[in-house]
Amino acid sequence: MRAYLGKVAIILWKDVISEVRTREMLSSMLVFALLVTVIFSFAVEPGSVDMMDLAPGLLWVAFTFAGILGLNRSFALEKARNSLEGLMLTPLDRSGIYLAKMLGNFVFLSIVEAVVLPLFWVLSNLTLFPLAVVLIVPLGTVGFVAAGTLFAAMTVNTRAREVMLPILLLPVSVPVIVAAVKATGAVMAGESLAAAANWLQLLAACDVVFLVVSVLIFEYVIED
Amino acid sequence: MAAAGSIRGQRGVTENVAFEIETRNLTKEFGHRQALRGVNLKLAAGEFVTIIGPNGAGKSTLLRCVAGLSKPSRGQVLLRGRPLDASGTDVRRRIGLVSHETLLYDDLTAVENLRFYGRMYDVERLDSRIDELLRRLGLLRRAHDPVRTYSRGMQQRLAIARALLHRPSVILMDEPYTGLDEQATEQLHRILRMMESGDQTLIMTTHNLNTVAQVGSRLAILVAGRLAYDAPKRPLSLEGLSTLYREVIGASS
Repeated sequence: MRAYLGKVAIILWKDVISEVRTREMLSSMLVFALLVTVIFSFAVEPGSVDMMDLAPGLLWVAFTFAGILGLNRSFALEKARNSLEGLMLTPLDRSGIYLAKMLGNFVFLSIVEAVVLPLFWVLSNLTLFPLAVVLIVPLGTVGFVAAGTLFAAMTVNTRAREVMLPILLLPVSVPVIVAAVKATGAVMAGESLAAAANWLQLLAACDVVFLVVSVLIFEYVIED
Repeated sequence: MAAAGSIRGQRGVTENVAFEIETRNLTKEFGHRQALRGVNLKLAAGEFVTIIGPNGAGKSTLLRCVAGLSKPSRGQVLLRGRPLDASGTDVRRRIGLVSHETLLYDDLTAVENLRFYGRMYDVERLDSRIDELLRRLGLLRRAHDPVRTYSRGMQQRLAIARALLHRPSVILMDEPYTGLDEQATEQLHRILRMMESGDQTLIMTTHNLNTVAQVGSRLAILVAGRLAYDAPKRPLSLEGLSTLYREVIGASS
């Protein structure tokens, strides 16, 4: 198990180094998420009731579509020189390739979220920053990238992968996004975390199901 | 149980050994199209077989099945008598693949690419192994340059270094000459002759008869997914090879 996780970390580190050199994935994700945040702050009057209703949904729209931009890039990197086959030739169970890619997508999307979240709060003139958001956002992100990484691997060889990925991924990730929006909305409204317990349980269940299913079927997705 | 057979080794001595690679009735279907139709191929350790055939004959599919990248629809691939699909992930340490794609990362340097793959294969004394390979393949001066700045010939030499890095006993080469200029082709010939003198088992696919004439100890011709010819290579001229190739293709169709 240690050797397995060690190799997952080696792939993850390689992806981080590549991203640091090119900044292709992070820059496009950040620009998109920041653009949504800024446009939203101009479109809705800060501090209004509408703002409280719309904010959780818009926050997750920004995260979801920024995430899709990143997911599209994550396997495109391996496609360039067919290096996914290079990974498949190594003595690592193919689920390890999935885990490394999933963790990479989680790290990159989390960086975007860490930048966008405080800015969103300031621009939306939301006074209260409930710490519970820091728990809800990673929970939602795990479920989204768990399914997203699998679908990104599925669509990387299709001709219109940029279109195919959201078409396939969004319907599947609806439970994660809805639960994340509802839980975020509850804590934004000043309710306790216990009030959002049902949504958090749904989020956790989706995370586990998406992760386990993806790990189990990834091998069949990438093989001829 | 290890598959064993009476084979004629490179020195012409008949001996009982497990085959390094064996395919049994290997069949691969993509929908209704059959890419491989019951291919039976046996290779002893140290043999170098060049497989030629027209486009779409199934050469790449055969190598992908032997490399474990593609699951056969029917039949088996055995490495030293053990089925590939039942051997776990460790068996992949015995295989090195050179493809017409380099399987490298453009944004990483040659050393970073080899270090990445070396760690994935748990290569011992990795830095000295990388140094040795880069020197052998004439890439040491550009070792710290990103791969995207390399010429096609240099990238292919680095791809060979990547395939040899973990000292595999079986090396598979899928059209390794694709996109190489004359000078790079001559360099690759030299590298292959060097590898031929080692104890590794090599399978190379190509559709270039000139390449076949220069390297390999055994010749196989694949036509429409079937192994139409398989024999030790005779010292034939390029013209002789061309005649043989045409005869086999003609007889198969």
